[in-house]
Amino acid sequence: MAKRIDVSGLNAYYGSFLAIEDISMTVEPRSVTAFIGPSGCGKSTFLRTLNRMHEVTPGGRVDGKVMLDDENLYGAGIDPVAVRREVGMVFQRPNPFPTMSVYDNVAAGLRLNGKYKKSELDDVVEKSLRGANLWNEVKDRLNKPGSGLSGGQQQRLCIARAIAVEPNVLLMDEPCSALDPISTLAIEDLIGELKEQFTIVIVTHNMQQAARVSDRTAFFNLAAVGQPGKLIEIDDTERIFSNPSVQATEDYISGRFG
Amino acid sequence: MDITTQKPAAPPAAPGPAAPVDKRAARGATRPGDRIFLGLSRGSGIFVLVLMAAIAAFLTYRASIAISENEANFFTSFDWNPSGIPPEFGIAVLAFGTVVSSIIAMVIAVPVSVGIALFITHYAPRRLGGLIAYVIDLLAAVPSIVYGLWGALFLVPHLEGLYGWLDDYLGWTGIFEWNDGAPRSLFTVGILLAIMILPIITNVSREVFRQVPRMHEEAALALGATRWEVIRMSVLPFGRSGVISASMLGLGRALGETMAVAMVLSSSFDINASLLDTGGGTFAQNIASKFNEATEMGRDALIASGLVLFVITLLVNGAARLIIARRKEYSGANA
Repeated sequence: MAKRIDVSGLNAYYGSFLAIEDISMTVEPRSVTAFIGPSGCGKSTFLRTLNRMHEVTPGGRVDGKVMLDDENLYGAGIDPVAVRREVGMVFQRPNPFPTMSVYDNVAAGLRLNGKYKKSELDDVVEKSLRGANLWNEVKDRLNKPGSGLSGGQQQRLCIARAIAVEPNVLLMDEPCSALDPISTLAIEDLIGELKEQFTIVIVTHNMQQAARVSDRTAFFNLAAVGQPGKLIEIDDTERIFSNPSVQATEDYISGRFG
Repeated sequence: MDITTQKPAAPPAAPGPAAPVDKRAARGATRPGDRIFLGLSRGSGIFVLVLMAAIAAFLTYRASIAISENEANFFTSFDWNPSGIPPEFGIAVLAFGTVVSSIIAMVIAVPVSVGIALFITHYAPRRLGGLIAYVIDLLAAVPSIVYGLWGALFLVPHLEGLYGWLDDYLGWTGIFEWNDGAPRSLFTVGILLAIMILPIITNVSREVFRQVPRMHEEAALALGATRWEVIRMSVLPFGRSGVISASMLGLGRALGETMAVAMVLSSSFDINASLLDTGGGTFAQNIASKFNEATEMGRDALIASGLVLFVITLLVNGAARLIIARRKEYSGANA
């Protein structure tokens, strides 16, 4: 299930503006990789190139290579819709479909992929909600609207929705930034469990969070506003937070800028 | 800052420079500006209620005069002879014609409008979308008499082909049987009404679809939804109640449309099994065609029919509100 991501020479643009420049990195399967860096450094943009969501933004385009095992996501003839079914995503603000019940939210991705029997759907919904540590809280209200849950529950519902289609990779764009500390903790615990099955990439502004949940950490920075964001370094999380090889990383982590 | 320091220097003067005085005068709920505005807005609110009650009272009063004299059943009679001795009139034909032509209009206009609105907001390149939206706005500004002229002089003579085709393929249903009469039927009226209500439904739907939060669409996209699936999963559910409201606005216009219907329909007081048969009538068209030459009693009878139209419109709006309210907890509003 989990696949390796291998990015080389990737540039992403908004119209003629180069937002991130020449990024290369490898993300190992069954690991958590955190992206940190100051606002505007392009870490979210980069994350969105990994499931071809960047090009959904008007003017957004990408060149370079993103290999998922041995398949180039930007290769000729690759359908972005198919890519997104393989690479799931969780957003900054919980965004369950407001018109759908808890059950339908989780089943939404499966229903896109084809016909399932009710019993199959029931199984997947329960498994995904259990996987997202939400089952016990919602099992009695599966038919209530998903938007009636608390913020933290909604975010776990979104995670359940994303893992229900059994993607190879799970991308998380600041998944806890709209949540309180207790919900944040629940999501962080969940990330620890999910990495047994998925390759996880998480963007975060919270350095403690990066230190807590990730195996590897990538630091992004930009020279100045209007300049493209770049990958400064990527290394084991422990090393990044104790003894980074680039001075800028240490400055950022120790709070001297950003 | 200087508001407080200048306060003593500003005595309430002549009504001319009222605005600056308001700004500087007392604070809290007793400010003259607040009171004036409160009075104005409260007065407007009450005015609407009074106006509504006055219209209802007027209609009911005049209608009751006519109905009390009526010798035929007001709801089931096919006659319209309020000046006869005794007066006999009923609204069955008008109610049938109004409802049927409006249903035809809705069946045609709602899907087309939703399609146009989706195209403008989600498919068309920005400039093309803007151009189409502008043309639709222009359509909305065309006076109904012009639609009537176009309907009578262009649409009617060009519909014979469609009528023949419907008769060939759907004639067996009975509803689309055509006896080769002039195409001045309820069906033609429905088509014309559809064109007339298309702009308003399209415009309101477009606004609603445009307001679908980006994050709902991205949620669907990230699951691997195609563009159509994004629309089905995020856009249409979010826009549902808005589209219903838009349709009700359109329906309101269709129910009450007068001149265009009067110019296109060859009216008669009977109910035809086939939609394509010449004849029939609607409330508004009947009032417009008969009012000028009506006697006192005739006018009261027409007012009675107007009261029924008024009630039908209220019922339709109430039904729409019910539909919207029933799905409220699933609406996008609390997300």
